[in-house]
Amino acid sequence: MSEKKDYNYNSPSKFNDEMKTIQPARRPTELEKAQLGTMTAMVSSFGLPRIIISGFLLVLFILTPFVGVDLPTQITNIINRFSWNAVLVLAMVPMIHAGCGLNFGLPLAIICGLLGGTLSIQLGFTGPMSFVMAVLISTPFAVVLGGGYGLLLNRIKGGEMMIATYVGFSVMSFFCMMWLLLPYSSPTMVYGLSGNGLRPTISLDGFYNQVLSGFLNIRIGNIALPIGALLAFALLAFLMWAFLHTKTGTAMTAVGSNAAFARAAGINVDRTRMLSVIMSTWLGAIGILVYQQGFGFIQLYNAPNNLTMPTVAAILIGGASVNKASIPNVIIGTILFQGIVTMTPTVMNSMIHMDMSEVIRIIVSQGMILYALTRKIEGAK
Amino acid sequence: MTNNVNPLLQMQNIKKDFFGNQVLTDINFTLGEGEVLGLCGENGAGKSTLMKILFGMDVIRETGGYGGDILINGQKVEFSTPFDALEAGIGMVHQEFSLIPGFTATENILLNREPCKKNIVSEVFGDRLNTLDYKEMERRSAASIEKMGVAIDADMVISNMPVGHKQFTEIARELSKDQLKLLILDEPTAVLTEKEAEALLESIRGMAARGISVIFITHRLHEILAVCNKVVVMRDGYVVRDVPAKETSVEDITKWMVGRDVQSSVRSEVRSNDGARTIMSVKNLWVDMPGETVRDVSLDIKEGEILGIGGLAGQGKLGIPNGIMGLYEAGGRVEFNGQEIPLNNPRKCLDSSLAFVSEDRREVGLLLDESLEWNVAFPAMQIQEKFLKRLLGGFVKWRDEKGIHQVTQKYIDELQIKCTSSKQKAKELSGGNQQKVCLAKAFALEPKFLFVSEPTRGIDVGAKALVLEALKKFNRENGVTVVMISSELEELRQTCDRIAIVSGGQVAGILPAAASSEEFGLLMVSKVI
Repeated sequence: MSEKKDYNYNSPSKFNDEMKTIQPARRPTELEKAQLGTMTAMVSSFGLPRIIISGFLLVLFILTPFVGVDLPTQITNIINRFSWNAVLVLAMVPMIHAGCGLNFGLPLAIICGLLGGTLSIQLGFTGPMSFVMAVLISTPFAVVLGGGYGLLLNRIKGGEMMIATYVGFSVMSFFCMMWLLLPYSSPTMVYGLSGNGLRPTISLDGFYNQVLSGFLNIRIGNIALPIGALLAFALLAFLMWAFLHTKTGTAMTAVGSNAAFARAAGINVDRTRMLSVIMSTWLGAIGILVYQQGFGFIQLYNAPNNLTMPTVAAILIGGASVNKASIPNVIIGTILFQGIVTMTPTVMNSMIHMDMSEVIRIIVSQGMILYALTRKIEGAK
Repeated sequence: MTNNVNPLLQMQNIKKDFFGNQVLTDINFTLGEGEVLGLCGENGAGKSTLMKILFGMDVIRETGGYGGDILINGQKVEFSTPFDALEAGIGMVHQEFSLIPGFTATENILLNREPCKKNIVSEVFGDRLNTLDYKEMERRSAASIEKMGVAIDADMVISNMPVGHKQFTEIARELSKDQLKLLILDEPTAVLTEKEAEALLESIRGMAARGISVIFITHRLHEILAVCNKVVVMRDGYVVRDVPAKETSVEDITKWMVGRDVQSSVRSEVRSNDGARTIMSVKNLWVDMPGETVRDVSLDIKEGEILGIGGLAGQGKLGIPNGIMGLYEAGGRVEFNGQEIPLNNPRKCLDSSLAFVSEDRREVGLLLDESLEWNVAFPAMQIQEKFLKRLLGGFVKWRDEKGIHQVTQKYIDELQIKCTSSKQKAKELSGGNQQKVCLAKAFALEPKFLFVSEPTRGIDVGAKALVLEALKKFNRENGVTVVMISSELEELRQTCDRIAIVSGGQVAGILPAAASSEEFGLLMVSKVI
């Protein structure tokens, strides 16, 4: 009865209509139906998993004051982590657009970035210049290795994601040997006693530590904003957005949408896919350099693998599917995923005095991937 | 068993809406035992939805069920799954085949209902491990094939069968069910050649004589008149006519279906292009297209004409455009405008102002997940750099959304494409409108030469007339040479100036459109392999 009343307040004219009809009881049910309809439409347009995760994040935010955690610190943390990871997540976009699926071969891209970073230090560059050189040196590696990776993916159309995973594993293992064998000699990087072989973790102090995050770092109240790093991401995201509006970018989207159509329209499908893989690899290489400058360390050996799943999960949480992704997907996904990753450990630990963070992180990221791979078609905006 | 007072099937006030969008309104009709009911209507008139309701398909329940009653033998029934419908004696043959390609006809006919024999293993582990009784299976499938009245090889593997026989296997499978009382055939003749279609009609008559009722959905209206007792015509979710077949004609039905007069069989004015120069010359073309192999085709196409290419299914007519446009492996020599066109390279053909509307709308013709704007403008953008703005001194080729919108809107108006806006996704349109989008895509290229493959496959009478009219207009007004490939001879004769008939992968002959059907018929079967 109360529902009906609400309804009547909202729309007096319909109230009059209703008085004329003989079945007043029917109206509210239809209204309810309509409301339910718009609700389900909203849910499906925003995506159920995104709603669940946003809700979870919101609950964490509400809980913070009660468990004695400092909210501004947490927000600063989330923004920082966003600025480190966003470029890596952006690297997923070109391959998704060209129909090559999610780039599970991200370790390959990361290794290109690692080569750039380590070689830049080895060649004696310091300060901001070492970052510029790292970007420049990693570029040819990304083009060559990405090209080979693209060639491989063109031969196994339909099974890209599975093969990409193994490309990532094998390249990483190969470089586990290479980091030891390559003739690096910079004392900041090699093992102290033997003098050869790179250490697993290399500090970036004096090189490109905080080169972007420290630039234009503004404080608003208790929240620090790494404007430089955010600008760098904004620039790359803008370039990606612009690329997708060009002739070649349009062709790339069409190849991902229907390769047979693109071929009939005279597009060289293999070349377009290859371009997408190279772009993805290059962005991944830049992404890891941006990550390192924020984190302050270069991590070698098995470390590249640790970023693959979080990155893939982030873009999926953002609402992308295996063949549709947009810049908003990247931004929303990175904020949500990094939000969970930052907030969960602190809030949970304060609440139950037990370290659950890693478990929850794994459940969220793997669960998202599982979910996304089961629904292949629809992406959200 | 059967109550003679009540008819076999009664539909009473059937209503259905999809989220507030009314697709069926007050559908009423009855069907007696052994009667054949022809159901016709344009695409989107609600025929398929109605049959889905009758067959208890999941999609109906998931979208909120339906209103009204279905009565079988006077008893109200409500099927929640197709299995309930099967139980009640309703069989359905869908437009798409649901057969297992690697199994023989017999195995497919009796799939999951095979007669079994016990063996030692099944004695221990239960009935699911029984051995199949092949002798009994053969007997039963032979019986159902005999019931159908069309001879097909029961031992042949489905993947080796011609399309028509696959269709007959589906029908035989439904007939092999003992409880079958009502058979729904959803456009069964769409894939059949005329001869096979004739055999199917004969078999429908046979079924009716055995007391099986049939609901027959087709776009070929003369078939309905030939075989049905009564005709139900639907339009926009209403039954507009329910008449005995004897009292009606193709013209009447067409009129009821589209709600307006369609001038059927307007023969194109006789044009003779003998004087025109040859714009394309094809010599010794072979194309390796599965199911449509072209062996040795030589053909001269005159500038400004509409050339029809006809022939039976599987004889290679579809291979010709697909081969020339580089979509399938091909060899031979093709000259266009005096220059040789390299084969196996789609880009080179498109660059020389050739365009192709593929017969495979969904797989090749459209970007189903993208907007109409993208579909229409994409090839022109990629091939001719139209709808692009040059920024930074030509270094960046920016998509011109406004130009794309304008050209799409122009073709939406010109071709009367029914859509909510030019931003709507292609997959949301009906078949006829999708076909129009494919045409718009080709028109936007402003080609000199256009291949159109099966432009009217699976679309209704109204859309068909519009599509053919658009093609003619495009040919006349822009002076574009059109080659139209179609399985429907009548349609070719209405539209084309000359018609080449392909048989056995070769051109059996070229006749003017005015030649008689018998002459065409003879050519069609002249070289069949």
